[in-house]
Amino acid sequence: MRQKLTLTLLAAGLALAMSGASSAGPREDQLATYASAAKSANPTFTRFAVERGKTLHTQAFASGKADTPACTTCHGKEPRAAGRTPAGKAIEPMALSASPNRYTDPAKVEKWFKRNCNEVLGRDCSAQEKGDWLSFMLTQ
Amino acid sequence: MKITTKIPTRPLVLGLLVLGFSAIVLGRAQAGGGHFYSPVADPVVKEECGSCHLAFAPSMLPASSWKRMMGELKNHFGDDASVDAATAKQITDYLVANAADTGGRRFSEKLLRGVSVASAPQRITELPKWVSEHRKVPDWEWRHKDVRTKANCVACHADAARGYYDE
Repeated sequence: MRQKLTLTLLAAGLALAMSGASSAGPREDQLATYASAAKSANPTFTRFAVERGKTLHTQAFASGKADTPACTTCHGKEPRAAGRTPAGKAIEPMALSASPNRYTDPAKVEKWFKRNCNEVLGRDCSAQEKGDWLSFMLTQ
Repeated sequence: MKITTKIPTRPLVLGLLVLGFSAIVLGRAQAGGGHFYSPVADPVVKEECGSCHLAFAPSMLPASSWKRMMGELKNHFGDDASVDAATAKQITDYLVANAADTGGRRFSEKLLRGVSVASAPQRITELPKWVSEHRKVPDWEWRHKDVRTKANCVACHADAARGYYDE
């Protein structure tokens, strides 16, 4: 009985995983949008790099606001741990493994890129930077 | 006619007294007792105003303050907190309808004392009532790593997100 249930669950899980792999979700769609924008901005662009995303996330910039030099200022050094806003509110971890519901609303992702890139870098992030950063967080 | 005399008047009167008394106390707790401010109920307002800081109760500032704040989101206490026009209108409408001098009046009787509504104050922490309520909080507590800013109500008022600001 128990074995049968396990088997059924396994089959259901497999089916779910397969369907996820075949039809792209909102995260893959958003990455694809960034990829085509990156390609048209720079014809030599090939693919996003997790390492570049990590650098972007941890690097300190002098071009933004003095009290928020890096993403990690608020989000913390460990992507799987919660961060904290300057006003004291907790920020859910950015790593997908720790916050499985993240990055499913493209408008929300864009909204925060806009706000936070402006605060940390003092400018908009490029499509490539967004794709790199998102790729990094999806692997974390 | 004999029936009426059978009703035990003493417990009845006592019961009514207790009831009346609790009604007064409860009423005070909910209306201007000073420690309950109905929290934001609108999901859009909660999301947009509650990502960086506690979504402050609309009854903590008069309508004039909220209108001014929503018109100056490009520089929101030093941050660019702009939202699109439709969202801004929805948020403004909600805040104005439930402000300290409109729909949220019953929570904020005392908080608005000595406040010039026309000046549209922007910081809740500068209202005279707020200042006097917090006068005994020592400096080191404000600087504590879990507090750091006067806007961080929940650091001390554990139930602030649900509207309760007891000590």
